[in-house]
Amino acid sequence: MTNVKVHSVAKTYGTTPVLSDITTEFPEGSFTSLLGPSGSGKTTLLRIIAGFIKPDQGVVTIGNNDVTDIPVWGRNIGMMFQSYALFPHMTIAQNVAFGLERRGIKGAAARKEVDRALEMVRLPGFGSRTPKQLSGGQQQRVALARAIVIKPSVLLLDEPLSALDRRLRQEMQVELLRIQRESGLTTIFVTHDQEEALTLSDKVAILDKGRIVQIGEPEDVYERPLTRFAAEFLGDSNFLTGTVDNGAVRLADGTVVRTTSTLPTSGSKVTLAVRPEKMSIVSGPTDDNSLTARITTVIYAGPVLSYMLETADGLPLKLFAQNRDGKVLSDGDTITLSWAPEHTVPVGD
Amino acid sequence: MQNDRLTSASERGPLGPRSRRVLPSWVSTMVLLLPTYGWLTLAVFLPLLTMFVFSFMSATPMGKAPIVFTLKQYRAFIDQPYLVGIGINSLLIGFWTTLFCAVLGFLAAVALVQSTLGKTREILLILILLPFWTNGLVRVFSWTMVLRENGFLDNLLHMIAPDAGSIGFLYTRYAIVVGLVHGYLPYMILTCYIALVAIDDAIIEAASSLGARWWTILFKILVPLAAPGLISGSVLIFIPVIGSFMEPRILGGRVGVTMGTVIEDQFTQAFNWPLGASLSFTLLAVVLAIFATFSGVLRRGTAV
Ligand SMILES: Nc1ncnc2c1ncn2[C@@H]1O[C@H](COP(=O)(O)OP(=O)(O)OP(=O)(O)O)[C@@H](O)[C@H]1O
Ligand SMILES: [Mg+2]
Repeated sequence: MTNVKVHSVAKTYGTTPVLSDITTEFPEGSFTSLLGPSGSGKTTLLRIIAGFIKPDQGVVTIGNNDVTDIPVWGRNIGMMFQSYALFPHMTIAQNVAFGLERRGIKGAAARKEVDRALEMVRLPGFGSRTPKQLSGGQQQRVALARAIVIKPSVLLLDEPLSALDRRLRQEMQVELLRIQRESGLTTIFVTHDQEEALTLSDKVAILDKGRIVQIGEPEDVYERPLTRFAAEFLGDSNFLTGTVDNGAVRLADGTVVRTTSTLPTSGSKVTLAVRPEKMSIVSGPTDDNSLTARITTVIYAGPVLSYMLETADGLPLKLFAQNRDGKVLSDGDTITLSWAPEHTVPVGD
Repeated sequence: MQNDRLTSASERGPLGPRSRRVLPSWVSTMVLLLPTYGWLTLAVFLPLLTMFVFSFMSATPMGKAPIVFTLKQYRAFIDQPYLVGIGINSLLIGFWTTLFCAVLGFLAAVALVQSTLGKTREILLILILLPFWTNGLVRVFSWTMVLRENGFLDNLLHMIAPDAGSIGFLYTRYAIVVGLVHGYLPYMILTCYIALVAIDDAIIEAASSLGARWWTILFKILVPLAAPGLISGSVLIFIPVIGSFMEPRILGGRVGVTMGTVIEDQFTQAFNWPLGASLSFTLLAVVLAIFATFSGVLRRGTAV
């Protein structure tokens, strides 16, 4: 149970920089998700922390130790893989005991630890089975037991749940979170799934083109994205561009949009992000920000209705509404939508 | 199931209703299996059967001597006890050759799987297959040049230590094993390679993340997981090696008398095909007995 730090870590394959100058900290006992599009360098960063890849420059520390030059086997890490990676020729108990054996823990002491770990992942009594006799979800639990039984300094997970179906994945998310909380392990979790990242993590780091564009608590990152990319990648966003004018933003059509966030100086161009679910359809005039738009499509998704809209200027907008009254509006209708100034976030490019 | 699907597929075929003639399922099964069994009969069963029949004859049927069916050929090991020694010698050569092939071949296959840099893997594969493509006779004779007194090996030694004696060991059992290992190593490399490439990288990474060093990964992960490759490679090598006659004859000289050379002599020199055949079948029986024992031991070993 230790904090993990990476300091100016960079990695280049050939001439393409895969990670450029990453500096960040994963505090002791925290659960951090690395989120980003394919090829953004999530796996590379995780594998640098694990020791499978040597960074071109930079330092990795686990606890108080600089581990940059320590090979994987000496780093005391717990790792989970997308493909489970259980040893197929060993029983479940042997799989879980493998790391203990490497640490000189054998016999009754090892058996006790193995049983405890299997109980923790809710697979007591499965020790004598072989990996082939388990379902995917069960195999991934064994992989988790195998990773945590060695009391690693850090738990590293590279999309461990993406091979599971939706239900099983949600079940495993709960388990993973429970076990992470119980064990207090510093955890770094790579995922494609933003919902997963938001629900599981203490911190979310958004990567783009080998850089961490934003890192913070899920609510912070979601409610106050720093860049257009972060706003777009994590959830959906509407973007309005305009010019700062007297503490508000004037759009091209003259509409004035207010925000509670600090704006740059008057006259500068600015992009505002508004989440589609923060907007609502109103019938009368409102004190909040508002716009008029025409419905191009209504998507009925059960609990939520998604409205695809277009303003008179041809600016596309999205609005998510709770399905209270069913689908009462239809394509072609013109509506007024409004949202609060505190939900209007200026973002960088 | 499979056949039902086949016939129903033909019903829906492009010929439409005209192809509605449904074949009984056993017919299509037979038709599908025919090439396999036909080939087996032609390539394995017929020659073996002929030789098996020969092994019970009193003399080669092409000579003038009258043919009588007899079991006397199978008493060769009792009537000529020196054959037992030769047999053991052959089995030992087979054992050492297979062992060296297993160790070297496995390590070579591991290196091959690990070499992911550019074209290195392709180049290594070609280098490994080179002895395969060389004429066997050339391959073996080239070893005589290396191993004989004042041969290449001695020259090399004398370059470093000019006063050293000869370490050439041509015409010894070691020379035979060297020649055989060289010739049969590619089989082991290829079978092990096939077994090793099938292992998910993540399994090896998982092991090292749990604290395993390279030797633990080698002996606890790679060897057990590639065991099928090691076993099939061993079988593939052991059988032809104990029957080999070219390497023992050329590299073994006086000590190069093995079951392979004795059997070859029966066919080419002594013109005693029945004895050659019976010796072959005795050898085959011994090999099968060895494999049966071995596989029993293996099964018990993995069951624990
Ligand atoms: N061994 C390698 N050689 C060359 N390029 C590599 C290598 N490994 C990764 N890359 C490149 O580095 C970039 C980042 O890869 P990485 O696997 O870290 O992405 P990722 O964020 O994990 O993506 P994904 O979500 O698809 O898993 C990619 O563009 C990839 O092509
Ligand atoms: Mg990845």
